[in-house]
Amino acid sequence: MAVVETRHLTKIFKQGELGAVNNVNLKTREGEFLVFLGPSGSGKTTLLRMIAGLEVPTAGEILIGGQVVNHLAPRERRIAMVFQSYALYPHLSVYKNIAFPLKAQKVKKELHKEKVEWAASLLGISALLQRKPRELSGGERQRVALARAIVREPSVFLLDEPLSNLDAKLRLSAREELERFHRRIGTTTIYVTHDQVEAMAMGDRIVVLNNGVVHHFGTPKEVYDEPADTFVATFLGSPPMNLIENDNVIVGFRPEHFRLSETLDEAKVNFKFRVENVEYLGAEYILSGSLLGGRFEGKEVIARLLLGHTYEAGATYDFAVPERHLKFFDRSTEKRVEARALTWQ
Amino acid sequence: MAIAGPKIRSIGAAQSPLLGAAMFSPAVLYLVLVIGAPFALAVFYAFSDARIGSTGLHFVGLENFRSILQSPSFRMALKNSVVFTVCAQIIVVVCSGALSIALEKPFRGRGLVRFLILLPWVAPVSLGSIGWKWILDSIYSVITWVLIWLHIYKPYSAPMWLGEPHLAMASVILVHCWRLIPFSTVVMLAGRTAIPKEIPEAAAIDGAGFWRTLFQINLPMMLPIINVAVLFGTIFTFTDMTVVYILTAGGPFDSTQTLPSLAFATGIQGSDLAAGAAISLFLVPVLVLIAYLMLRMAHRAEVV
Repeated sequence: MAVVETRHLTKIFKQGELGAVNNVNLKTREGEFLVFLGPSGSGKTTLLRMIAGLEVPTAGEILIGGQVVNHLAPRERRIAMVFQSYALYPHLSVYKNIAFPLKAQKVKKELHKEKVEWAASLLGISALLQRKPRELSGGERQRVALARAIVREPSVFLLDEPLSNLDAKLRLSAREELERFHRRIGTTTIYVTHDQVEAMAMGDRIVVLNNGVVHHFGTPKEVYDEPADTFVATFLGSPPMNLIENDNVIVGFRPEHFRLSETLDEAKVNFKFRVENVEYLGAEYILSGSLLGGRFEGKEVIARLLLGHTYEAGATYDFAVPERHLKFFDRSTEKRVEARALTWQ
Repeated sequence: MAIAGPKIRSIGAAQSPLLGAAMFSPAVLYLVLVIGAPFALAVFYAFSDARIGSTGLHFVGLENFRSILQSPSFRMALKNSVVFTVCAQIIVVVCSGALSIALEKPFRGRGLVRFLILLPWVAPVSLGSIGWKWILDSIYSVITWVLIWLHIYKPYSAPMWLGEPHLAMASVILVHCWRLIPFSTVVMLAGRTAIPKEIPEAAAIDGAGFWRTLFQINLPMMLPIINVAVLFGTIFTFTDMTVVYILTAGGPFDSTQTLPSLAFATGIQGSDLAAGAAISLFLVPVLVLIAYLMLRMAHRAEVV
């Protein structure tokens, strides 16, 4: 096991253009499950590939287990990586796929069988060892890729969107399996995803990236409840945080905190909310509409409500947000600022 | 129904057997006239005593084959054909494999290098071969000139590239390789680029170095396309006579004579049509085998 650290890590693909990764400083904890979260093109995969040794950084350092590894080839970094496409060797059987890292690392031949069987049983693919990758389903391929990654007991695991090729139902069970798997082996893991639900569910901590810059680095709770800026606030959460401009700040509140005024008996900010669309999702409603009256006339917002009351499109309701759930961001920098008193009418 | 009516009729027209036959006939005509008829004629001549300038034609059974099999030049040509084909294919596969690796990653001037490598394939065979004939000439050879200038050989003991049996064979093989490598390189390059880039990357992370990745990952994955390149190359080499004919005309002492050039020399230049036809028929079993292997591979590629 090892700690991965990056210092001022930068990658510029084309001279004179904005970097794909800009001055990233982070440090994992021992055995941590760290998630890189960001939209496509945010530099999260480039960051992971630099840690793996598949891309050469333009500037900065990468440390694994306290040792600078910039000059080391991928195979000397004691890492394992699972690719988005799994990158199984199509001409080799599952057994040979899993044994390949052992062969390449010159592990003694007598140990191969035992180790492959150990990895295969850990992932429940012992029955598939003689098959070729093309004879496997998506979920089975993913497990083979994981087995190939763990078989030589790496000090760091790198996973590049390993669930994105699975269908929605399988993805959920595969996600749980991955979590259990990580708890059992306890290896430091870096996981790249664009799916905020995966990031929230799996990550011990989340690195939120956009345009190659780290916007927020914290636990899922911190990232969700105390977003560092408006990008993080709107990227996490579905539907995203409502943002309205008030004087020189942007005020944000989560759709689930925007509720009928009469149900809230605490310090709150009231709005008239005209509902334009009602989505019934079984366990909850998603209401979208606009604010009425005062300085926020016409501002579009979304509310997310539990069942228990019926709402009609076209009707206007008295809604409110508890004051403690309001987040304040600077209007020019979009960074989080202290809560402050504002006039609301 | 009003809409469906004409639609059905038009499908019927396309399926009419007459139209189908009409569309197909040029291809059949081409095969029959240009390939089928000469082939049938060759088979017919091989069992006859046809000669240029003689009007008489008699059926002689297997007589031609019997006399050919006893002739030392034929045995020599058969051996040479095999040596020529096998050596050329090995050199071509190794060189074009290395070239395809070198040309895969972008570098400054890659376009120009690719163009230069393709040039021997684009240039007419005869032109290229005549160029090589000068390069390897006994008096004017630029290679000999350089070797003498470097004091590796004395002027009077310089090698005769096309005049000594082993050197001549080597020269013919190398010139033929020069001609085939571009095609093979293009095929191999296509094979390499078809490998998803994550797979060699995964191998690099798994701990494989350059040679292990090459021999255990890249080459096995390219095997189907290498097979295609080798089978095509074998056909081109086994049936080729241009390079041999222009460089050495089979000499010295039949040492570079291959089956096609011997068939030409016997049948056309030597006026013995029947013997020439019989010699060229010996090419058929090899070519049939290759055609069978190619069809089988194409079939397998479709099924997978």
